[in-house]
Amino acid sequence: MDFKFSDREELLRKTARDYAEKELPPRMEAMEETGEFPVELLPSMGAMGILGVITAPQYGGIGMGQLARIIVLEELGRVCPAIPMALQVHHMCTYAIGTWGNDEQKAKYLPRLAKGETMGVVAVTEPSGGSDVAGLQTTAKLEGDNYILNGRKCFITNSHTGDIWVVIARTGEGGKGLSAFIVEKDYPGAKTGRKENKVGLRGANTGELAFTNCEVPKENLLGQEGMGMSIAIRDIVECGRPGMTAVALGILNAVCEQAVKFANERSLYGKSISKLQAIQWYLAEIYSDLEISRLLAYRVGWMLDEKIDCAAESALAKQYACEAAARSARKAIEIHGSYGIMKEYPVQRLLRDALVTIPAGGTAEISKLVLARQALAVFGQG
Amino acid sequence: MRIIVCLKPVPDPKHWNKLKLDPQTRTLVRTGIPGTINPLDRNALEEALRVREALGGEVIVLSMAPPDAQPVLKEALARGADRAVLLSDRVFAGSDTLATAYVLSEAIRTLGDFDLVLCGDETIDGGTAQVSAQLAEFLGVPNLMHVSSVDARPDAPWLVRSQIEHGCMVVEVKPPMVLSVVKAINEPRYVTLMNILQAEGKELAIWSAQDVNLSEPWVGLAGSPTQMADLLTPERKGRAEMLPGSPANQARALADRLHRLGFC
Repeated sequence: MDFKFSDREELLRKTARDYAEKELPPRMEAMEETGEFPVELLPSMGAMGILGVITAPQYGGIGMGQLARIIVLEELGRVCPAIPMALQVHHMCTYAIGTWGNDEQKAKYLPRLAKGETMGVVAVTEPSGGSDVAGLQTTAKLEGDNYILNGRKCFITNSHTGDIWVVIARTGEGGKGLSAFIVEKDYPGAKTGRKENKVGLRGANTGELAFTNCEVPKENLLGQEGMGMSIAIRDIVECGRPGMTAVALGILNAVCEQAVKFANERSLYGKSISKLQAIQWYLAEIYSDLEISRLLAYRVGWMLDEKIDCAAESALAKQYACEAAARSARKAIEIHGSYGIMKEYPVQRLLRDALVTIPAGGTAEISKLVLARQALAVFGQG
Repeated sequence: MRIIVCLKPVPDPKHWNKLKLDPQTRTLVRTGIPGTINPLDRNALEEALRVREALGGEVIVLSMAPPDAQPVLKEALARGADRAVLLSDRVFAGSDTLATAYVLSEAIRTLGDFDLVLCGDETIDGGTAQVSAQLAEFLGVPNLMHVSSVDARPDAPWLVRSQIEHGCMVVEVKPPMVLSVVKAINEPRYVTLMNILQAEGKELAIWSAQDVNLSEPWVGLAGSPTQMADLLTPERKGRAEMLPGSPANQARALADRLHRLGFC
């Protein structure tokens, strides 16, 4: 077992960190104010290979894999967690098309997404809920050469910044009656709805997609009819949850840095508060959560790259890291005292950002269901 | 066109709070501090890439450092250099600027003909700003320091702008030459993920003292005329002075004070 990153991975981290530290801070205030993703960064992110990190080279990507993706998203998230939130969903779109798309679909959509001409979207959740995928109500009926989509999707990341949407809709009854489609934003009958005003990860655009007799060419069916449930679940497990884990890792890094910085700088009773045991307990807990989350996240990245099934490990990493990010941010605020709830200090934003990661990409409770099933399967025999 | 960039791995400034001085050996304790490309050498490499883009040719990165500097050279390859040579031998240890420049110059001769050698003006650890001039002297070619732009023309002398006190001078100079650059010369490009992958296929040669023709004894600590008398951590003696009055009066008093101190 080798826990050391390769020179390639270390350089990748440094590269992503250089980019993040230079390009993101000047934009963060506007992102917080407006809730808009800085789309002007897409061309440079495309040129860097960040957008196509898991896309195959023949379709304009880099093909570096999921561990590389986690490292890149973590580094971007250390500076501005909203950026990897948006990008991780973009990657989910590229993963879905790259995994289940046919050659024509890949050639048509993946280069545009890798280059940063637009962003990718994955739309599963509906007003009736996101966890009950089998219960979703958007319909798709084949009429001539088109599928006609009707319904509404909500809480969709990149809703107003992405032009290429992977949409799950109902073509039949029950869980096996779901199918996945590639929908372009300007197809007749497709439109964006309201934009959400989120408490955190504000720079990642979230909103509604609406379909009213939306005409989707039948060649835009992803995979086969009836594969929608499998595509949605695997996309979430193999890309969405690792991506959300990376966002949380970025937050945890930032939380740890801010907590240590403030504890070292702030003096009370004639000495730095980092010398106080009460503060050191907090720092120890934050640091532990960061390190545990790192191990869980990188293991999932490695397993995915090795093509090892990791549904439980992915759920564990996501659930642990996102909750760890929230509780650690809360502890960092405690270290800051009253400064912690002032907008000038980033820890309050980090807590808001962390709270948003918990339901995104599968709630903590859904992850725990997966983990309980795993525990029962592994330890319940004999 | 053959361009050689002399590059020094230095302790990453983000970890300088962990740096210590060893009073016995009078050296910097670098253990546990990750290395990085000296910042101005990054500008030198970027300029080399731009000259290559304009005139074609090859960019070779050259460095004298311990073997653990390889990741730093791999970064240089990912930044776009065609190949790298790491001069690494125990006999090089303790070299001062003159010995370093001598070894580098002999390595450059071993590499063959060259048109341009680029360095950063100075390093952030030693900060002597001596190597490029010494290198030019050893190689017998012109040297310009504080270079802020290079107009590399294919069929005419190059126009090289060099910063001088209160201005700059533009010099016509024909290759080969040694230039050392300032930060203002360019903005180094980002390393792309594709370049990281491509760098893995590029040559990183490790040369020992045997691989270069070192006919003179100017190598390592013994061959270095510079002898460190002492090494001290400077005492911080900063003090604050509050200027009273309205903002306008404060600004006036501040400008006056700065002027008297010789800053403006």
